[in-house]
Amino acid sequence: MDRTPVIVGIGLSDYPKAPHLNGVQHHVLAARRAIADAGIEKSEIDGYVNAGGGGGMMVDDAVTMAEYLGIRHKYIDGTMTGGSSFEFHVQHLAAAIRDGLCDTALVTYGSDQLTRMGRSLGTGGMHRGQQRVAGPSGYEAPYGNSLVGSYALHAKRHMHEFGTTSEQLAEIAVGVREFASLNPNAIYRDPITVDDVLASRMIADPLHLLDCCAITDGGGAFIMTTAERAKDLAQPPVYVLGAAGGQTHWNVSQQTDFTSSAGAQAGPIAFERAGVTHDDVDLLMFYDSFTITCLILLESLGFVPKGEGGPFVAEGHLKRGGKWPLNTDGGGLSSCHPGMRGIFLILEAVRQLRGQGGEAQVPDCEVAIAAGSGGWLSCIGVAILGRERA
Amino acid sequence: MSVHEVIEVEEWAKPLPGLDNVNEEYWKAAREGRLLIQECPQCGHRQWYPRALCTACAADPEWLEASGRGTIHTFTVIRQQGIPAFKAELPYAVVMVELEEGPRVFGSMPGVDVDAIEIGMPVEVYFVAAADDTGVPYWRPGG
Repeated sequence: MDRTPVIVGIGLSDYPKAPHLNGVQHHVLAARRAIADAGIEKSEIDGYVNAGGGGGMMVDDAVTMAEYLGIRHKYIDGTMTGGSSFEFHVQHLAAAIRDGLCDTALVTYGSDQLTRMGRSLGTGGMHRGQQRVAGPSGYEAPYGNSLVGSYALHAKRHMHEFGTTSEQLAEIAVGVREFASLNPNAIYRDPITVDDVLASRMIADPLHLLDCCAITDGGGAFIMTTAERAKDLAQPPVYVLGAAGGQTHWNVSQQTDFTSSAGAQAGPIAFERAGVTHDDVDLLMFYDSFTITCLILLESLGFVPKGEGGPFVAEGHLKRGGKWPLNTDGGGLSSCHPGMRGIFLILEAVRQLRGQGGEAQVPDCEVAIAAGSGGWLSCIGVAILGRERA
Repeated sequence: MSVHEVIEVEEWAKPLPGLDNVNEEYWKAAREGRLLIQECPQCGHRQWYPRALCTACAADPEWLEASGRGTIHTFTVIRQQGIPAFKAELPYAVVMVELEEGPRVFGSMPGVDVDAIEIGMPVEVYFVAAADDTGVPYWRPGG
């Protein structure tokens, strides 16, 4: 039996704003759509993976949601590495499916962040005044950093070491916005220019408002199974060619290299497993929490040498029609970012590899890379996906 | 022995670290004007923040009193923050300071002109007495 791991179903819930859904309902709607997309019976699902994180402890975590969804699993995984969780899930499931621990697994995510909390995530402050903050984040809590600030610490150092400019970072936001204009569901669809990004207000130097991702509601789900089972399902299978992950730190105070990421470890492993080169890649699905996130992923994954990302981006290579189009769904910067975006990287990569990308379709898209960043460029998960097997 | 200024305040409105049996000495020393890091007696590795093991070799680390001097490795200027006690101080720099002793320490520079701050700048620690058992290290130009 051919146990090569493949993705056979994808589903998105409603976004960018869905006041009719809570976090759990985002998981459910996305799961139902993924099941329908695959054309598979729900009763066949014998593996379940869910990082939780969208609604609080014991609300939408793996075991609670396995119960809610009624999944009798033989394999369960609640790995939570922040926004990159889902790339780690692909890595884990590829091994589990190859090894026969389960045959058909469902991965779900859901968050009603915009509806429940508004747009306070980036700078609202994670802790209240006079609160005692336990654990390592207590070493940062007295200082008033923000989520945006943690990424700004990276951008500032990158600029210092390599001369990277705000204009170059802005090009990333401009390119992703062009793709968002093609996605009717994207939260921000009006085209923007480099000047628009630079003129938007500074949130944490050197990151402007338009260097930062959107805050939305949303949910996603996908189904993985064996190439054997995929033969008589509704969609063409997308092959998991190689997946890998790594962690350099969790709290930003422990980042050792503010110009790199664990992608430098995970990238070579994923590419070697996949048996493809960077030039074989047709689509980049990178976690664009901030423009700098994409730049550091581009470099640390080896698409360009370290320090050369800025000029490379400014030449337009990541834009529509470029060598490596980036985030064809409009990304977290302009389309959908409910808190942990990594699942949407996989969903859009699958859509493109099937040739279902609509107006944003990348011509002859055969190999795509999904690279998630969790925490504060802390945990990097990489999944290389293909239309044909490795 | 390097003791730095400790500023007493009437009221503290910012979040505070949670104390435990490993880190209480760190925060208590800060209350007395001393910045502690850890050094491993077995392999010599130095680390911040304090932990119950050496991250290099798993031995039992010992306290090392730092000079309180270093340089800015990277920083950002926070211009938007929701917590009132921080909002009142906007804009301010959040910094990673590389200590003379090697390890990097997270902190901030409230009240310092943000336009004067740059990477590589020498800085020196001072402390604010946030509670009876807790001093908070901050940074200002100097050293």
